[in-house]
Amino acid sequence: MAALVTAPNLPDHDGFYAELLAAHKGLTEAESAAMNARLVLILANHVGDREALREALALARKAGG
Amino acid sequence: MPYDYQEFPYVTPPPLRGMTEGRKPAVIVGAGPIGLALAVDLALRGVPSVVLDDNNVVSVGSRAICWAKRSLEILDRLGVAERMVAKGVTWKIGRTRHRDEEVFRFDLLPEDGHKMPAFINLQQYYVEQYLVERSRDFPDLIDLRFRNRVTAVERFEDHAVATVETPEGAYRIEADWLLACDGAGSPIRRMMGLDFAGELFEERFLIADIVMKADFPSERWFWFEPTFHPGQSALLHKQPDDIYRIDLQLGWDADPEEEKKPERVIPRIEKVVEGRPFTLDWVSVYTFQCRRLERFTHGRVVFVGDSAHVVSPFGARGGNGGLQDVDNLGWKLAAVLKGEAGAALIESYDAERRHGADENILNSTRATKFMTPAPGIERTFRDAVLALASRAPFARGMVNSGRLSLPCAYPPSPFLGPDESALPAGTAPGRPCPDAPVGNGWLLGRLGGGFTLLGLDCAPPEIEGAASLRLDAEGWLRRRYLGEAASAVYLIRPDQHIAARWLAPEAEDCATALAAAKGL
Repeated sequence: MAALVTAPNLPDHDGFYAELLAAHKGLTEAESAAMNARLVLILANHVGDREALREALALARKAGG
Repeated sequence: MPYDYQEFPYVTPPPLRGMTEGRKPAVIVGAGPIGLALAVDLALRGVPSVVLDDNNVVSVGSRAICWAKRSLEILDRLGVAERMVAKGVTWKIGRTRHRDEEVFRFDLLPEDGHKMPAFINLQQYYVEQYLVERSRDFPDLIDLRFRNRVTAVERFEDHAVATVETPEGAYRIEADWLLACDGAGSPIRRMMGLDFAGELFEERFLIADIVMKADFPSERWFWFEPTFHPGQSALLHKQPDDIYRIDLQLGWDADPEEEKKPERVIPRIEKVVEGRPFTLDWVSVYTFQCRRLERFTHGRVVFVGDSAHVVSPFGARGGNGGLQDVDNLGWKLAAVLKGEAGAALIESYDAERRHGADENILNSTRATKFMTPAPGIERTFRDAVLALASRAPFARGMVNSGRLSLPCAYPPSPFLGPDESALPAGTAPGRPCPDAPVGNGWLLGRLGGGFTLLGLDCAPPEIEGAASLRLDAEGWLRRRYLGEAASAVYLIRPDQHIAARWLAPEAEDCATALAAAKGL
């Protein structure tokens, strides 16, 4: 792992976590899945680094067991 | 006005007139655009061919309609592109809509300085007609045999033999090279028991040609989930003769025979054209696949076009990919037949065009997954892109209704090189020559049928086996071929792909690169 930042990097992570949950509030499971998909695309474009994204995909998949 | 189908005459082939035929250098199976283009390409190089076709009319229905710039450049070399451009509908704007909102628009030719347009739409039957007529310019070299169906193929080390059925009986024909241009369902591929590996997509599309007087602009329109066809996709293309081509996604459960019935088709199309009056010219239902043969060359049998590889139609990579096969194979076959190159050169056709097919299959598979996503997460992400497209510019580029055919750049190989990195990336070895205005004409028109050593703002070395051409590098020619460099020399193959380039080579460097390009 080189391109992906896995060390703490997000100011007020508790605040972000709360915002993330709040953004999904009132959505069905399917609507939440759709919203997450949009979010992934938006963030991927913001990151803009294919290697970092590749590492992020691998980490996310691996962490799922 | 619908096309007037003319039957080509069946002529008793020589063996059934009691004449003995010797071995033919090239026997082409299939008189579609690919087989005919190959026959013309070979004829221009002085190589005679026999073209066998089981039918005696041009293709029924529009079928391949989008001809890309590179295909037109190839067909210009063969002598039919000017006629095609004059007849065809030229377009370069594509619009993609989601529901009723435009989410993406592309302009295919942002750059000036090309003889040929980015794309034209022209029904396949016209292309076949023009190529048949062009073939008649070579009565001593092209022997077109309609209603001659190949029923068996035998392979030998240095030739192949085909058994041919005609209305008057069967005969056998021997060939140094048998070129299977017999389409996606290739009977020859089946006879040889060859595996055709890849993906079949579980999706059906209805395709219709309609005759309609309307004022639609010459653009490609694609709809995701249009209100007139909920949940599915649709595509509209303008063709000559007031004919429009409409493709409508039906879903996998659709019954093809039911869907083709006018009482089913007409109401669907009425919705697309918003009640404008039209008549139905041709209807078909298709599924699509992205597959290719593991190898395109099997000894003296060579597969060309759809017989070797098929892609989904979105992206116009079928006919256009096949013409690049012809472009790649024609000169190699001629060189091998004339003893100017080793048979290894034919293997480079296999390697280069498999690379081209893989590129087409990759693009086509990606577009297909976007257009017809599997239920579940594929669908979720597809819908996410469409939902974002009208709000965020980044997502517009991800909307994929087919990445339209671009010419293939061949990968580094022993047949290509050396390269000079100070020169522009767009003219690196393996790439097709970009056209540019030269005097009153065009660069591609100045390249002959053989190898060319092109000197830009310098005299190219004189070597045997390549024509030397010196041009003053101005405007587009300078921009595309020199960039910041003062002068350069390019070795250009007969298929107008760049073989090698230098700033200031010795004759020996050029001769070495030429020998490598010929597989010597």
